Amino acid sequence: MISADIQTVMPEIILAVYAMLALFAAVYTTKDKMAPLLTWLTSGLFVVLAFWISGGHGTVTAFDGMYNNDGFSRFAKVLILLSTAAVLLMSEGYMQRRGLLRFEYPILVALSVVGMMVMVSAGDLMALYMGLELQSLALYVVASLRRDSLKSTEAGLKYFVLGALSSGLLLYGASLTYGFAGTTLFSGIMASTADGVSLGMLFGVVFMLAGFAFKISAAPFHMWTPDVYEGSPTPVTAFFATAPKVAAMALFARVVHDAFGGIVSEWQQIVAFLAVISMFLGAIAAIGQRDIKRLMAYSSIAHMGFALMGLAAGTVFGVQAMLIYMAIYVTMNVGTFAFILSMEKDGRPVTDIRSLKSLSKKQPLRALVLLIMMFSLAGVPPMLGFFGKFYVLRAAFDAGLGWLAIAGVVASVIGAFYYLRIVYYVYFGEDTDGLNGKMPKVLWFFAVATSAIVLLAWVPGINLFGIETAAEAAAQTLVN
Amino acid sequence: MGNLLSLTTFIPLLGAAILAVFLRGNDKAAQKNAKWVAIATTVATFIVSLFILAGFDPANTGFQFVEERPWLLGMNYKMGVDGISVLFVMLTTFLMPLVIASCWNVTDRVKEYMIAFLLLETLMLGVFMALDMVLFYLFFEAGLIPMFLIIGIWGGANRIYASFKFFLYTFLGSVLMLVAIVAMFFQAGTTDIPTLMTFNFASEDFSVLGIHIVGGMQTMLWLAFFASFAVKMPMWPVHTWLPDAHVQAPTAGSVVLAAILLKMGGYGFLRFSLPMFPIGSEVLGPLVLWMSAIAIVYTSLVALVQEDMKKLIAYSSVAHMGYVTMGIFAVNQQGIDGAIFQMISHGFISGALFLCVGVIYDRMHTREIDAYGGLVNRMPAYALIFMFFTMANVGLPGTSGFIGEFLVLMGIFQVNTWVAAIATSGVIFSAAYALWLYRRVVMGDLIKESLKTITDMTTRERFIFVPLVVMTLLLGVYPALVLDIIGPSVSALVENYEIATAGLSAVVTH
Repeated sequence: MISADIQTVMPEIILAVYAMLALFAAVYTTKDKMAPLLTWLTSGLFVVLAFWISGGHGTVTAFDGMYNNDGFSRFAKVLILLSTAAVLLMSEGYMQRRGLLRFEYPILVALSVVGMMVMVSAGDLMALYMGLELQSLALYVVASLRRDSLKSTEAGLKYFVLGALSSGLLLYGASLTYGFAGTTLFSGIMASTADGVSLGMLFGVVFMLAGFAFKISAAPFHMWTPDVYEGSPTPVTAFFATAPKVAAMALFARVVHDAFGGIVSEWQQIVAFLAVISMFLGAIAAIGQRDIKRLMAYSSIAHMGFALMGLAAGTVFGVQAMLIYMAIYVTMNVGTFAFILSMEKDGRPVTDIRSLKSLSKKQPLRALVLLIMMFSLAGVPPMLGFFGKFYVLRAAFDAGLGWLAIAGVVASVIGAFYYLRIVYYVYFGEDTDGLNGKMPKVLWFFAVATSAIVLLAWVPGINLFGIETAAEAAAQTLVN
Repeated sequence: MGNLLSLTTFIPLLGAAILAVFLRGNDKAAQKNAKWVAIATTVATFIVSLFILAGFDPANTGFQFVEERPWLLGMNYKMGVDGISVLFVMLTTFLMPLVIASCWNVTDRVKEYMIAFLLLETLMLGVFMALDMVLFYLFFEAGLIPMFLIIGIWGGANRIYASFKFFLYTFLGSVLMLVAIVAMFFQAGTTDIPTLMTFNFASEDFSVLGIHIVGGMQTMLWLAFFASFAVKMPMWPVHTWLPDAHVQAPTAGSVVLAAILLKMGGYGFLRFSLPMFPIGSEVLGPLVLWMSAIAIVYTSLVALVQEDMKKLIAYSSVAHMGYVTMGIFAVNQQGIDGAIFQMISHGFISGALFLCVGVIYDRMHTREIDAYGGLVNRMPAYALIFMFFTMANVGLPGTSGFIGEFLVLMGIFQVNTWVAAIATSGVIFSAAYALWLYRRVVMGDLIKESLKTITDMTTRERFIFVPLVVMTLLLGVYPALVLDIIGPSVSALVENYEIATAGLSAVVTH
């Protein structure tokens, strides 16, 4: 019995043990000199685990239902592992050049990934919180990785304080839920709502949703995002923008469907509200930004709004659309951050978008990568971003949320403005002494690879690499 | 040749890829190579597209050369042409070599310029051939990207404003269409255009926020599509992006915009609004007629006071597009025949007029009408060509412009004589602004110092105009060339429309 349970959580155990062994090895040997090796090793391990996990099938629960290994969690885990591997590989060179590459970095990332994997597999409020906190604590530390920088420290502190607040909200909601349901198991909570939902339970749901909204940085719980994105070292920002968002979104979906799947009408309004506020805030607040990292923060808020639109549908197709949207979002962000990581002038990183002026004349291919990413983020076909939007719009419409779909497309037009402005700087701007320096090879690889995916995934025959059916299978295991 | 349509569509893309990958450097030789590759690609596309025309059977009102491949979400990648779309395909492939030839003097980032136009050609052809709504939307929207870049990079002084306005205006229009597409997908369970053309969308009246909506869902969907196509067309009062875009765009960009991109709006009305939402069209059609009538008179008057040649022609385009929407929503054989004819002929004429402006702009670098005068003294050949297209724009019998306007007016007269009467006055206005423009630019004495050394058109420029002159005349004296191809498809469209709205008319008369 127990061995079967262990078997189920084997990937997490391997990763956790690896992280501890790596820590020992680094501390007792060469310390930071080992960091590049560890970074590559960790990424390699992520990829191997991703392949291993993607080979699994069926639904297995372990530890009396506390932990699920189902299609949904596997989909999310593969996405988390692959995107983190990509981000780690991209960060190595950047951090190396700035003396930021400490051996703790890959280890902390590995630990937070363990947390994320537990999160997406959680079948119980305890497992949920354990995963969430493991993830968050590691993230707080990496946010302030650049110890000598005021902004980085501020980012870490801000993230920690607000993150703790959101964890508090979540815990309070969880305790209310536990109190009224009498169990922390999702299946038990589901059963307890079979004949109506009590007011106390409803409060629990609301508080938990608020906690999740913090984690995915959905408005109006988004305040930390721009500051943390701006202050953290850019590779860390890239990490924040990808895997943790997937994990938190997957957890969100897991809880609303596995635990509160019987009371869809109760939370649907809240999720729809979060979606519409996020989309508009992300679109409007980014217009004034000149810092590309802050801009990406608002962009991610808007994108979370769209992903929530899928979730608001409360259907299998809604979850499928959300998963596809997240996969597409992660791909676009890896590509965009590959570019942002390469933005430097005289060897110093720059984040002001005005430094992009006339890049297309100096480095046309690099400019093209950014062009593709920006149009994709704006949701202009034939780029991949459009298909993500199409799926969630369809999901919202099918669920009778036509108004949400209309609000979403209007917000996307407003949002298009700031993506276009970047294209404007890159292509129409006058000659200035903007960026110089070449793009490192690793970043080139990721930038070109993601651009190719973003540009060509729609071609008949490629059909989004079959992600559609994978996401559908994943969604079906969640919603029933 | 099962893939003839895809082949035609993607040849320009292949050309663009070849340019992007294999062409290096930015010296004179490389620029020349880029232009030759682009010319060769567009000519090849035209030649391949001739096979479509040759194999097209006008008597068959269904879709021909259909190809289908499984795609996402149970949708299909589906292409096909019918009598309504085949000529737009031909118009595009016919004009593109001329467009490329017209930018022979461009020296700024030539390779990228050529790539942008080739991409644009692929996307425009895709719009006219797509038989899946989402595929259509994909091509329709993606066309904004190259056009945004063409205006923004190679445009005039105020190009940034114009390019943003162009993009955001059209983007807003088309995302509403996207929502409608999603709604139709939900209702009909498919995005296949031929299936949807026979699908009856719900048309029971309902109320939203206290507003009673006649025609219900169909009216709403119709409005969403209208938002997109009316902006694209452009119709008064959402036409304001067009003059800006035209003035700032480089000559070749203006030609493509006026000659082909605007036609997507009209094509959209014919492909979506009329066959899919007949009830919505019947309910809101009269509104379109009046809007078109206002557009014709208002924009003609506005054209009269323009100081900028391109702006004048842009407003004249809006007025001519007014005839098109009017003809389409007259929904009878003459009206729609006329609308399609007008679109094709406007493609040649407005394209040629923008090229005419381009010829003197290349020499003097100004589009101010006041900066010219008396060009006939030094540029006789130019004066002749410009005269010819001015007359064609006015709708002189013997040119294709006349046939289109006449058919539309004939069609609309059967539906609404008041609108017809107002629209007819537009013919006089168009004569006024066009001839006045001609007089101010070409006639009179050559007194301006700066014009004393201006040279007449080069052989290259003359050659560009030859095919346009030939087509304008040919269609003017032998319109059956077009009408025979579009006729059967149009009559099928009108017939289906009348069947679908027969019940509604009965209700209204009671």
